[in-house]
Amino acid sequence: MANAEGRIFGINGPVVRVRGSGAFEMQEMVRVGSESLIGEVIGVTDTETIVQVYEETVGLRAGETVTGTGGPLSVTLAPGILSNIFDGIERPLSEIRRLTNAFISRGTQVELLDESKKWDVKLTVKKGDIVSGGTIIGSTPETSLIEHRIMIPPNIAGTVEWAAPDGKYTINDVIARVKSAGSVIDIRMRQEWPIKKARPYAQRQAVTKPLVTGQRVIDSMFPIGKGGAAAVPGGFGTGKTMTQHQLAKWCDADIIVYIGCGERGNEMTQVLNEFAELIDPKSQRPLLDRTVLIANTSNMPVAAREASIYTGVTLAEYYRDMGYHVALMADSTSRWAEALREISGRLEEMPAEEGFPAYLASRLSQFYERAGYVTNLNGSEGSISIIGAVSPQGGDFSEPVTQNTKRFIRCFWALDKSLAYSRHYPAIQWLTSYSEYINDLTRWYEENVSPDFMQKRAKLMAILQEEASLMEIVKLIGSDVLPEGQKATLEVARAIRVGFLQQNAFHKDDTYVPLEKQDKMMDAILLLDRRLKELVASGAVISKVTQTGIVDDIIRIKYTIGNEDIDAPFNALMKKINDTFDASVPSFAK
Amino acid sequence: MPIEYMGLNNIQGPLAVIEGVDEAFYEEMVSVTMADGTKRMGRVVEISGDKAVVQMFEGTDGLSLENTATRFTGEPMRLKLSREMLGRTLDGVGRPIDGMGDYFAEEVRDVNGSPINPVAREYPRNFIQTGISSIDCLMTLIRGQKLPIFSGDGMPHDDLAVQIARQAKVVDSDDAAGEKFAIVFAAMGVKYDVANYFRRSFEESGVLGKVVMFLNLSNDPVVERIITPRCALTAAEYLAFNYDMHVLVILTDMTSYAEALREISSSKGEIPSRKGFPGYLYSDLASLYERAGIIADAKGSVTQVPILTMPNDDITHPVPDLTGYITEGQIVLGRNLNLVGVYPPVSVLPSLSRLMKDGIGEGFTREDHPELANQLFASYSKVEDAKSLSSVIGEDELSELDKKYLAFGREFDKRFLTQGAYENRSIEETLDLGWQLLSMLPRTELDRVSDEMLDKYYGKTEREVV
Repeated sequence: MANAEGRIFGINGPVVRVRGSGAFEMQEMVRVGSESLIGEVIGVTDTETIVQVYEETVGLRAGETVTGTGGPLSVTLAPGILSNIFDGIERPLSEIRRLTNAFISRGTQVELLDESKKWDVKLTVKKGDIVSGGTIIGSTPETSLIEHRIMIPPNIAGTVEWAAPDGKYTINDVIARVKSAGSVIDIRMRQEWPIKKARPYAQRQAVTKPLVTGQRVIDSMFPIGKGGAAAVPGGFGTGKTMTQHQLAKWCDADIIVYIGCGERGNEMTQVLNEFAELIDPKSQRPLLDRTVLIANTSNMPVAAREASIYTGVTLAEYYRDMGYHVALMADSTSRWAEALREISGRLEEMPAEEGFPAYLASRLSQFYERAGYVTNLNGSEGSISIIGAVSPQGGDFSEPVTQNTKRFIRCFWALDKSLAYSRHYPAIQWLTSYSEYINDLTRWYEENVSPDFMQKRAKLMAILQEEASLMEIVKLIGSDVLPEGQKATLEVARAIRVGFLQQNAFHKDDTYVPLEKQDKMMDAILLLDRRLKELVASGAVISKVTQTGIVDDIIRIKYTIGNEDIDAPFNALMKKINDTFDASVPSFAK
Repeated sequence: MPIEYMGLNNIQGPLAVIEGVDEAFYEEMVSVTMADGTKRMGRVVEISGDKAVVQMFEGTDGLSLENTATRFTGEPMRLKLSREMLGRTLDGVGRPIDGMGDYFAEEVRDVNGSPINPVAREYPRNFIQTGISSIDCLMTLIRGQKLPIFSGDGMPHDDLAVQIARQAKVVDSDDAAGEKFAIVFAAMGVKYDVANYFRRSFEESGVLGKVVMFLNLSNDPVVERIITPRCALTAAEYLAFNYDMHVLVILTDMTSYAEALREISSSKGEIPSRKGFPGYLYSDLASLYERAGIIADAKGSVTQVPILTMPNDDITHPVPDLTGYITEGQIVLGRNLNLVGVYPPVSVLPSLSRLMKDGIGEGFTREDHPELANQLFASYSKVEDAKSLSSVIGEDELSELDKKYLAFGREFDKRFLTQGAYENRSIEETLDLGWQLLSMLPRTELDRVSDEMLDKYYGKTEREVV
């Protein structure tokens, strides 16, 4: 059947109305106008087809043709994705630069992935093997860090009739033939997958392992599990992007998909430069080797902004299917929601809250539900953890995107303006943030870090809570008049806030802190707490001890004790704390 | 020979509708000739079948359904570009209004520009010394950055912008004459006096020959206002990337721009989002601000200092809010500081420069700069706590430490923030001054600075300072 064809009737921003043929399918990818701009069918009525165009529509005329491609908007999945930077519909930006110089012009036709590069492929199947969707039939080293596992596309099953010998192949070469229901199917490394459809898996699993990030306020206070979903909301300047960058650099996922959705161009350049230089501590290879970047900066076409999120998550699912743990950062989901609003407004749909379309919630849930820890079709385990930044208008968390997002995530890292103003970074507000993964992860922490890790966490949280209520009083009458016990609480809370929660992303040791050190830091703070309480109970004033500078010693642990061989310095510190108190107690208590 | 369409079918606010058009394209420029022979420009903003909706730049007054002849030019909105533009004054859509006649166009470009490919960008790292302590030390301006001034009515944002422009002109050590420096100034909906103030100030500081001015004053047509910043940025890109110049773009007032956008959106009958602004305000503002930057293949740069007045000093108003999400920081001016006579009244805590972290410190400014800036922010935020406490219990009742903070805060406002409109402080002076002030606080309070820096700089009040 020939593809549907129509003519442009109306143009309004990225929305184009087409007349002439009723044969367009919903979500079908179309080519618009003489420059073959890429678009997608988003509405079909008896007289018109409505298309959103992923490129600038300046210069389009009424009457130009629109041609269907017969399939939905898809991405190409094959080796060559990693360490690349794409636009919202998987066009490689470096290739675009080669063709159009520094500025992106419209209608640029590029290969999505390098089709001429020959990959070193090793096949692990032979004639007669039974394969089905997801079966790994071979592999190729995609980057120095990641082995690309070649899979049978999800909808194919049968017996291998022929497998190519090991050697160099392009992504379009046939590397195997599978006999399925009487027909023979050519298997290539390249697969296509529609971006709005989640890739299948065998079974969803519970979240039981943390995504270790090396950020104390996250790992120790509000942890996220592998396969979990988290939101980072915050007004401008509170450090959303910085938090996302830190996670992308240091979290222990195998693959990072970083989506710059409607954000600043310079930030994407920064990620690109920095990740190429930064060395993964485990493998000594550049971090870029495990990273895919998707950039739809705020001045790139708005419809592609909507697609960029789906493109990213589809790439993530592809690597999950190979058995990798993928972390996906979307910065920022608000821009994506605003793209929905913009298109919806141009379609003159009935708006719900603040002009956002009524389907905002369902779109958000569809996106966040693509996170998860799963058993793949091929039996391996993989996960996608989604960390979405939210940019609430006016920093007000009651706006629709934040509120709707909260329903679909289980980990909420609320960034706070006043913390950011006093340069407390990461500005994650401990009283309004939460993680529902704590119970799921407790067992892992007990078995792998220390048996009472979560109890310690609870104690720290309790002290911070108490400080918050004490601060109400301090704001009115000052801290001098508080009883000694409460002064002690404030002192410990200061150690927690400044020494533990604040973390310096620009310090070589403090930018990433292993769980063992986090645990020991909590020990030191809790020892301080215990000894201070004993001191107060003995009737002494705490200033004698605080004047010795011992609290500042604890606050400076992050700089004074490195990340390796931590036992000896910590033991020395604990001894120092005890000695300081021992030296003080008798003289007062007598 | 292009067809002329006689008459119009509908006029509403700044929009005119013409039917029976076959070849119009989206955003095409339209020329409308009135009965008396005068011409007006317009732009196609919507096409529906054979109906084109045209936005008239000089308004629709005097237009009737019959007295016009419309011609579609076959081109999008374009600007003639030339090095000769330097020193010229143009109207909001790029026509000379200084009586010096037309200039020779070396090139003609679509004013909408194209997005810079993130791969082709060069990450901005070069510090621009503005000579203003608060900015240089705490929210450093970097070449290729977009750093807006958030202000309010009645505050001296214009003086500050002029001072930045005046003092930032030497950009390279080998370019002492400022040969490679240019200013593109776009006025959108500002009063004549304001535009004239800028003009006079440029004249006085001897840079007028390096300035291109685009003026859309408050009584000029609203529709033109949408084009003005685009013309300005197109000119800036041309000078930066074709002539390797370092261009400082001053856009004022972005709030008027956004209001013009709202006016046109509502006359098109679009669905409004917050405060009646169109849903695409973010994308639209981004299409302007994102045109700042440096590209890897060229030597020049475009640095933007947009000015916006926050209605009712409300930083959560959609215009400052969305701007803050796009730009790389902001300089916020504070009403209270202005009232007590601090100039420039930079409100330190909400101000920020996102790019400064990579453009300061050793090799850029001085090794102690990052830690010093961090500490000043942290200490100044404690001043605020002490102030609010003292307003409840009185200053006498404060602890010794809080009193020290109050004293520090006062000196900070008086010596660090306050400086003359013609006072140009070097970065060393600024940093030394910062240390001098920090030395008023006990050393144990300085928890953002390493011991090494403290040993070197803390308490060294005898160093040469201003």
